[in-house]
Amino acid sequence: MSPSSTPGRVQLPTTLEDFMAQALQMELDAEQRYNDFADMMEIHNNPEVGQWFRKMAVIEGKHASQIMAEMGWKEVPLSAPRAPVFEGFETPEAAPIDEVHYLMRPWHVLQLALANEERAERFFARLASMATVDSVRKAALELQQEEAEHVELVKAWMLKVPQPDSNWAEDPDPPRYDD
Amino acid sequence: MNEIVKEAAAPVAPALTAANFKSTYKPIWCPGCGDFTVLSSVTKALAIMGVPPKDCAVVSGIGCSSRIPAYTTCYGFHGVHGRSLAAATGLKVARPDLQVLVAGGDGDGYSIGGNHFLHACRRNVDMTYLVMDNHVYGMTKGQPSPTTEPDWDSKLSPGGTGVRVFNPLVVALASGANFVARAFAGDLHGTADIIAKAMQHPGFSFVEILSPCVTFRPEQRDWRKTVHAAEVHVTDDAGRAARRLMTDDGLNIGVLYAGDRTPYPASVRQPRRSVAELETEFAL
Amino acid sequence: MQTTTIAPTGVSIALAGSGGSGVMTAGTVLLAAAAKAGAYGLMVRTSGPQIRGGEAAALVRLGPQAMSSLDDGFDLLLAIDWQNVNRFADEIVLGPRSVLIGDPDEGEAPEVFKATGARYVPLSLKKMAKEIPGSWINMLALGLSGTLAGLPLQALLDAVRESWKKPATLDANLKAVAAGAEAAAGVAQMLERNGGAMARLEAGLPGDKKRWMISGNEAAGFGAIRGGVRFCAAYPITPATEVLEWLAPKLKEVGGTLLQAEDELASINMIIGASYGGVPSITATAGPGLALMTEAIGLAVAAEVPIVVVDVMRGGPSTGIPAKSEQSDLSFAVSGLHGDAPRLVVAPSSIADCLGATQWAVHLAEALQAPAIVLSDQYMGQSRAIIDRPADSGMTAQRLVVEANTPDYKRYRNTASGVSPMAIPGTEGVSYTADGLEHSEAGIPSSQSKDHVLQLDKRQRKLALHDYGPYWADIEGDADAVVITFGSASSPVREAIARAKAIGVDLRLIVLRLLAPAQPTQMAAALKGARRVIVVEQNHGAQLYRYLRAWYDFPAPPASYHRPGPLPLRPAELLTALLEWRNAK
Repeated sequence: MSPSSTPGRVQLPTTLEDFMAQALQMELDAEQRYNDFADMMEIHNNPEVGQWFRKMAVIEGKHASQIMAEMGWKEVPLSAPRAPVFEGFETPEAAPIDEVHYLMRPWHVLQLALANEERAERFFARLASMATVDSVRKAALELQQEEAEHVELVKAWMLKVPQPDSNWAEDPDPPRYDD
Repeated sequence: MNEIVKEAAAPVAPALTAANFKSTYKPIWCPGCGDFTVLSSVTKALAIMGVPPKDCAVVSGIGCSSRIPAYTTCYGFHGVHGRSLAAATGLKVARPDLQVLVAGGDGDGYSIGGNHFLHACRRNVDMTYLVMDNHVYGMTKGQPSPTTEPDWDSKLSPGGTGVRVFNPLVVALASGANFVARAFAGDLHGTADIIAKAMQHPGFSFVEILSPCVTFRPEQRDWRKTVHAAEVHVTDDAGRAARRLMTDDGLNIGVLYAGDRTPYPASVRQPRRSVAELETEFAL
Repeated sequence: MQTTTIAPTGVSIALAGSGGSGVMTAGTVLLAAAAKAGAYGLMVRTSGPQIRGGEAAALVRLGPQAMSSLDDGFDLLLAIDWQNVNRFADEIVLGPRSVLIGDPDEGEAPEVFKATGARYVPLSLKKMAKEIPGSWINMLALGLSGTLAGLPLQALLDAVRESWKKPATLDANLKAVAAGAEAAAGVAQMLERNGGAMARLEAGLPGDKKRWMISGNEAAGFGAIRGGVRFCAAYPITPATEVLEWLAPKLKEVGGTLLQAEDELASINMIIGASYGGVPSITATAGPGLALMTEAIGLAVAAEVPIVVVDVMRGGPSTGIPAKSEQSDLSFAVSGLHGDAPRLVVAPSSIADCLGATQWAVHLAEALQAPAIVLSDQYMGQSRAIIDRPADSGMTAQRLVVEANTPDYKRYRNTASGVSPMAIPGTEGVSYTADGLEHSEAGIPSSQSKDHVLQLDKRQRKLALHDYGPYWADIEGDADAVVITFGSASSPVREAIARAKAIGVDLRLIVLRLLAPAQPTQMAAALKGARRVIVVEQNHGAQLYRYLRAWYDFPAPPASYHRPGPLPLRPAELLTALLEWRNAK
């Protein structure tokens, strides 16, 4: 549970609208996080991984658009309460900021994405089990299923991408030169 | 003006979102740096405050964290090492209409900036000071800072400094800050909430944000596991807050003091005399 | 004391005594009385290091024309007691025509004064004051010295009335003044029989112009306000504190603010922050404070934020001689920033000019978005003079500001003048981050050569291309022998030149007001026809001489007359030096 959240602010969504708004926000947060990671990689001269993160961002963006289309929203609803947090501090599909490394390889991106999708799946499962409103529970189960599919997709993808060598994080130039 | 003809109501500005406050410049922070999420928290908090970017100023010193102003769309001031609070004080007192946010790191704020920190807390001018504390001097590549553990080995202080860590929250409270909080960079929304509360609270608001340095303090990734919510129910009792801060483990997160100390009277002053009238003092 | 037969330059009086004797107050009232009588005057204070109870002397010069420096010596030294007054012997120079008045009950007059040959007149001042219950001895001294100097009793009484704070004791003290005046008659008679009358003010003084009584520090503060300053951050330091203390209530009255800072590092950064916010800002300090401020002054250069820093120079280096004047911060002011950091340096040349020069500095700093250092000094700053009311030059802060939503706005855009329109916080659509880091035209930090060169060129060009006009220097005369000086040195230099002229030696004078950036074209014009040049200044290292040699061409290698504080330059010593230089082969 997020330590700095005021108890009582975080609560389960009670309407389908709120739930879907939260799900939408999850996708948008994930998209933003992947874009932030892409920026980091570009600035740190790892354009290959930067592009991978961009791809991920686009995918999350598509998920977000899907939700908006389903719900008939033209704009992102801003008034929904924030989604509950069951693991760590953040929205489930956004990898914690310190999970990246400037020398990381594309395979790591997928590893990150896998963790995200698995976390998201667990999130919807838990929310579904705790939901008190029927429509919410149904929607949560649906989204859980979707995330499960994503998990499989990422796993399959990972098989096609070469795993990095064990010394992938070694940099002959350390952050400061020792004479 | 014809009284019968009313002016058309000004168009309602669309609500501000965090995106309105983030500039297009990509930060140079290392991938994994906690400051990225602090930036996100800051933009979210500014959106909550609803003050447009043109009326916000972000003032910083020197260090990795101090690069933050240009990553926002606010007016920014990237000054010299350790003097951000002085520049921000001058700005806010001369321009009380602006929302002033001050940002920097633990070296900039507690070492060279220590004196200004003390007096900024005393002065209690209405502004919010965020210190992204990673217990190290990052930009200069890995020297101990005032919040580094005494036994942390480094090139500049082999074997550790041997000097007790600085306790900024206690110092802030004792010196007169009106709002003292600790946050964790990894908790984006929680930190955003705290920053928003800090900005809303009158007087000098100080938020120490534990922000891990993945390059020089990789062990700080553990903070994710070790930070915990502060069980604070009463926040306006300085004595209780002092006891809490003197005895906590440095990892409890939340608003730890929110007082009602009178803020520095910074308001737009109306002239009472003309410049020419001042002459009479010298006239023979 | 004149060594040549020159037209009388008025009268010089020193009132000395230890703490509690009230000589400072007496000196101030004496000056006010002179103003009432239509005379001009100057009062310089000198004291020991104690906070209270220390030895002190009020050095007053009165005359028919405005003056900004003391004469070579004193016509009268009136000592209420002799405690450590010998400490002032170098400052209070006496000669055979001087008068030395002391209280025999307070002990022997120090040998150092007697040895000058001054005429000693013992007077039991303490006893005389005791005869008027409730009176202060300094008021007796005021009546005595003022009358000897030629001031009418009425002027003295009126001045006391206006300055008096406790109505209950006014009467007794007016009586004391009168008693002092009466005693003066007796002293005058004695002097007639022994060496001749003391120098005194001529009768029939003009005094019909509008005039002020003001100190250099007050004048600097007022000049700042006239220029448009509405924010000051203050940290006290001798001898600049009065600038700040004067500004504190006055800024508030005109709608501004003064904020006391925790140190000079804070005060300089505060005014940069306030100026970044669009408010013309100032601070005042002395050498040690200026040294602390340099890093931030460099920030103001790099980020192009206008600020004004008044440096009231004192004896250096380091802690030096805080309460004494010197012109030894010049090198530091013109070049003491790391990196290539052009800045403005303006030097007021008199107490009155402290106003105009500071006002000009505000105008220049704002117009050119650069820091301006105003090189005042303790001699002008802490001395009080009667001056003609200075007209308002009308120069004010006029910052070039960008309009809201200007498309493609770049804060540090290259322009022909080098000045880039500034965005003031609160303006829509033109936000930027000011930076001490080198930057592109858009203000993005840059380590690229082309950005660095462009910005360096721009920052230098904006100062170099500005038309500073005739106010950059005061040029008097057209002789082929030229004297160059600045600041408080200009006053005794002018007097020396006047004395030289009276004996048929013509000298041209250039008093520099704009020290940086250098003005090669204007200087060449000022030096037209010059055959020899001498540089006069009050410091040990000949700082102005070296600076001028670095930046300007001269018809022949210039000569230098320089010596450090704590003693002020005097007309007689300068006359000797100038004549020697002028007549050399």
